[in-house]
Amino acid sequence: MKLRANLIIGGALFALAIVVGLLAPWLAHTDPVLDANLMNAEEAPSWTWWFGTDAQGRDIYSRVVYGARISLTVGIVSQLINSVIGVGLGLSAGYWGGWWDDFVNGLTNLMLAIPSLIFALAIMAVLGPGLTSLLIALGLTNWSFTCRLARASALSLRSQGYVQAARVLGYGDLRIMITQLLPNMLGPIIVIGTLGMGSAVLSEAALSFLGLGVRPPFPSWGSMLSEAREQITTAPWLSVFPGLAIFLTVLGLNLLGDGLRDILDPQSRSRRI
Amino acid sequence: MTGSPLIEVEDLRIDLNHGSSRVAAVEGVSFRIDRGETFGLVGESGCGKSITALALIGLLRPPLSISGGTIRFDGREIQSLSAARQRALRGNRIAMIFQEPMTALNPVSPVGRQIAEMFVLHKGKSWREADQLAVEALASVRVPAPERRVKDYPHQLSGGMRQRVMIAIALACGPDLLIADEPTTALDVTVQAEIIELMRNLCAERGTAVLMISHDLGLVANVCRRVAVMYAGRIVEERGSADIFRAPSHPYTQGLVNSLPRLGSRAALGRTRLTEIAGVVPAITDFPAGCRFNPRCAHATEICRTAAPETTWLGAGGLVRCHHHA
Repeated sequence: MKLRANLIIGGALFALAIVVGLLAPWLAHTDPVLDANLMNAEEAPSWTWWFGTDAQGRDIYSRVVYGARISLTVGIVSQLINSVIGVGLGLSAGYWGGWWDDFVNGLTNLMLAIPSLIFALAIMAVLGPGLTSLLIALGLTNWSFTCRLARASALSLRSQGYVQAARVLGYGDLRIMITQLLPNMLGPIIVIGTLGMGSAVLSEAALSFLGLGVRPPFPSWGSMLSEAREQITTAPWLSVFPGLAIFLTVLGLNLLGDGLRDILDPQSRSRRI
Repeated sequence: MTGSPLIEVEDLRIDLNHGSSRVAAVEGVSFRIDRGETFGLVGESGCGKSITALALIGLLRPPLSISGGTIRFDGREIQSLSAARQRALRGNRIAMIFQEPMTALNPVSPVGRQIAEMFVLHKGKSWREADQLAVEALASVRVPAPERRVKDYPHQLSGGMRQRVMIAIALACGPDLLIADEPTTALDVTVQAEIIELMRNLCAERGTAVLMISHDLGLVANVCRRVAVMYAGRIVEERGSADIFRAPSHPYTQGLVNSLPRLGSRAALGRTRLTEIAGVVPAITDFPAGCRFNPRCAHATEICRTAAPETTWLGAGGLVRCHHHA
């Protein structure tokens, strides 16, 4: 198979972010929250302070490393929730049709009509800031594309011979959906899921930037950006490094999504041959 | 109880609902299949043979619905069973194989898994036992090296192999009735013969009754003990398969038999070219009044255009529906 640059670069960036998040306690130089020391506040990047320090004298490098944990947890978990909701609704709607399909379609259109960040903001406002409510808010607001995709796939798959055959062989509806339809639509779902993770990381940053995400002093890339806003002219490294981390992670996820689509989408594969 | 039929269809009518209008796609169809018997249903595309089969397994979907008659399987009326009990029959006691072995297998699941699923679903086996049984099932349809083949995906198998796998799946739970809907139409002639032979042997060994649906009268007569010929939603003739070739009674059956190429015998009969049946099958929405075959029939008279013919019983359990049967 031809070496696919986007798949490799994207996968490497995403893997790097995950490794950094997992190994944070070993990679970080200092504790991201407790090791504040006003003696070395707002140091510029140097050999001692790789990414510089903030106004409280905390090591930005260590905070970015620990921030990967929160950003990736939010990205992965909330997208998983989205995928489960989207696939569950879309698959059953496409397979069963009828009033359930109308209902799910209406719900999807409603979700698409409301900007998801605004919706997430509203949920956060009700639940209050924090990691759990962040997961819930982002997990409930971005399933519409997955749902559309799953519904469209289910519609075309349900008339396939093997789905008919399964019905004739006495499979129940649930078993047909799980064993026959789901595995056959998994490719595009994974692609959408990967791309969705990228946008979830961005949404987390946006919500944390607005002060509705993870509470300070715990570091997330978004909240670090938010804190750095005041000093963007005097200490640009405060915003550059978390920003770079977001940028590289989201870029990695998008490249990975594109690369996976090239592999998993049979149509693009046949076009290439 | 060998006397009671395995499946008994009486006066079955299937409607095609089109908005407020309903047309009968199948009408007045009756037949019975005994245990272990092979029964053939022959007819052109669209004559209603496949939807009759779907009705037997309770899988007619709108716009089609059963609007009259009864189907009794093993003494019980299928329509009166709950959806769950109908489902428990399917695959377990009534199985079906299809025309397209290319599409009837799930492309993302190993074939062994698909066979094993039947044991898990209907016999309550554990996956470990079921996987073992799948190897045996694959061996029984004479797939070489079954313990390796179970891990193959459908695209790694040839058409004949896939149809063997389909047969293994269908016969996995030892059904009483196997419905074979054009089982070999998509296969090469040589593979076709192998598959038919395999199907016939396996069913004979296990005492499985077969309902074979095909447009190929020669094939069906070769496999089945009795044959029913359908035309435009009605059974026009039902005979023992030897009789139907020797002395077809209904003009439509005669037409079918005469249009079959037969090696050697044609010259002996003094014919030099195959005859065909003139005209086309009427559309389901405008079936002619009276005998539905009358516009294409050489023997049609006034009565054929006005009155639907009654059943005439022939010898040896045969029947025909024609005013002027031979």
